Amino acid sequence: MSWFSPGRLRAVVLKEFVQMRRDRATFAMIVGIPVVQLLLFGYAINSDPRHLPTVVLDADGGPYARAIVQAMRRSGYFEVRDHAPSEAAARELLQLGRAQFVLNIPVDFSRRLLRGERPAVLLEADATDPAATGPALAALSLLMAGVLDRDLPGPLAELHGGAGPVELLVHRHFNPENITQYNTVPGLMGVVLTMTMVIITALAITRERERGTMENLLATPVRPLEVLTGKILPYIAVGYLQISLVLGAARLLFDVPMEGSLALLYAVALLFIVANLSVGITFSTLAKNQLQAVQMAFFFFLPSLLLSGFMFPFRGMPGWAQAVGGCLPLTHFLRIARGVLLKGAGFADIAPELWPIALFMAAVMAVALKRYRRTLD
Amino acid sequence: MDLVIDVQGITKRFGGKTVVNGLDMQVGRGEIHGFLGPNGSGKTTFIRMLCGLLTPDAGSGACLGLDVLRQQAAIRLQVGYMTQRFSLYEDLSIRENLDFVARLYAVPDRRAAVAESLERLGLAGRSRQLAGQLSGGWKQRLALAACLIHRPKLLLLDEPTAGVDPKARREFWDEIHQLAAGGLTVLVTTHYMDEAERCHRIAYIAYGSLLARGTVPEVIARAGLATWEIGGPDLPRTAARLRALPGLEQVVAFGGTLHVSTRDRARAQASLAEAFRGGAQRCAEITPGLEDVFISLMGAARDNFERGAAASETREEAPRP
Repeated sequence: MSWFSPGRLRAVVLKEFVQMRRDRATFAMIVGIPVVQLLLFGYAINSDPRHLPTVVLDADGGPYARAIVQAMRRSGYFEVRDHAPSEAAARELLQLGRAQFVLNIPVDFSRRLLRGERPAVLLEADATDPAATGPALAALSLLMAGVLDRDLPGPLAELHGGAGPVELLVHRHFNPENITQYNTVPGLMGVVLTMTMVIITALAITRERERGTMENLLATPVRPLEVLTGKILPYIAVGYLQISLVLGAARLLFDVPMEGSLALLYAVALLFIVANLSVGITFSTLAKNQLQAVQMAFFFFLPSLLLSGFMFPFRGMPGWAQAVGGCLPLTHFLRIARGVLLKGAGFADIAPELWPIALFMAAVMAVALKRYRRTLD
Repeated sequence: MDLVIDVQGITKRFGGKTVVNGLDMQVGRGEIHGFLGPNGSGKTTFIRMLCGLLTPDAGSGACLGLDVLRQQAAIRLQVGYMTQRFSLYEDLSIRENLDFVARLYAVPDRRAAVAESLERLGLAGRSRQLAGQLSGGWKQRLALAACLIHRPKLLLLDEPTAGVDPKARREFWDEIHQLAAGGLTVLVTTHYMDEAERCHRIAYIAYGSLLARGTVPEVIARAGLATWEIGGPDLPRTAARLRALPGLEQVVAFGGTLHVSTRDRARAQASLAEAFRGGAQRCAEITPGLEDVFISLMGAARDNFERGAAASETREEAPRP
């Protein structure tokens, strides 16, 4: 009797594909997770929030003040809801969180502007969440410099340039267009793969055991390696489907630049997919039931999400967290994906990130093979 | 005799518990061998050792002429094992399940083998139905078809008819007899007496040890049991009264009668004569049935086991000062 038979492997692979097709929940997860995560991280979770509710207190009422408000509207960051009746009312809106900003334009704004006195406008911001207001404030300071250029023609043009005609009383470091998606979407590819690959395969063997089909499978001539690889292969195809989904979205929805070679990225992704699948298979051999398998998958998923540099900048983490993160495949795949897509990295650039993934995979696979054998007794 | 199963002293322990204790078994070619015993007596464990799912801790022997300890992989190729619980894929269709199993065994001319198997079991018309949607009886037929598809020489059936209606059970047994007539050897566990009586020979185990073996009449005769059937009014109170009498080992309700059995015929006869003097009950000695014998064996084994366990406990405590 042969030690490894392609025929038996084929049997397991075909069976897995049919089961995958029948299992609506798993199938929904394969497509649903990338789509939901794309929408969440691509649109909902945005570190560059726009359309922040803004209230204007215009004591001047002149055309220049109106021009500033118009420019703020056009910037997209401010949604000027209404003009507050009084200072107290405006402050209350801010207090209640109904307004993110209150813009105060002083009484003699136009007069002082034309005299070249650089009048000040005061922007009061609800700064409870600095991340939310930061980009808007930054954009406004840029805006103030050039906003009145067209409104100050002829002899007034001397007010252009320099420090600008108006002084803005909130200052923020210049950062005009902070496009989060460029950073998030390539990383999302790795997050999606980690999540689905691990969970789906974690269930694969546990399900066989829970439904009693494992006993039948063990009684046949099929070998552990044939079962394990037979369960992994179909999901490699699934992984590539997900990569294509995310990359398609990156291109069509988010205009993420693709500087490097996509072929290289696809090729390297194989290692990452197999690494995650072997984690799932290992959990599957350790878990007693499907619930446990899912729990284990989450234990793996959370540190991957938090310590890989996807959520927080890797270099900002303490040393121990960097050490843990350095063991996880996602950390390295993130660098590969961002490197290839954003910086146009070639194989030589990403090679140092490949061997930690390979090492991780080998260790995990060894545990899986050992554990699977033991289930015979 | 051409022995398909010939094992001696097969032992299996889980933790500190001996589940199968030095079991011997010989089964000849074409024989239907019944394997009986209470739940947890080690029947399933023994069968799993025969088909290589578990490795015995002690013992030796051959299955299909191959060493049970060292040639498990080769044994598996020629054995069909039907598990106690339905263990095919409920989310695969009937045909897909059979096809999967046929591929695993590398059955030559697979398509034809699957088609023939569907035909033979009368499942051809429903081959696209998902296995999970089948009723208990059909699931059982499918499971049987799946373990026959690679033409095994030995069939191991672990409680194949649990939860199956009487008609389907009878058809199942007719099928088993046909297969055995064709030279297939069958080892089957069951809790049903009527099924035990349809086996060529039976073995009875409890607490991992063999208690009786032979044809049904042999097992009954060797038990040395005397049984009386008691009929008449108010049987529950009679039963309570009889249980208190000396020499009556078991009093069991059988429909409208009571069966009183014992291995101490003389003492029981005296007790019964005393109890029914001038009463309204009828009392007649009958030939004990297989069930009477098994209940008696089970009771004796339990007493032995408990005494053994108690003895070993005292032994363990004895050395302490």
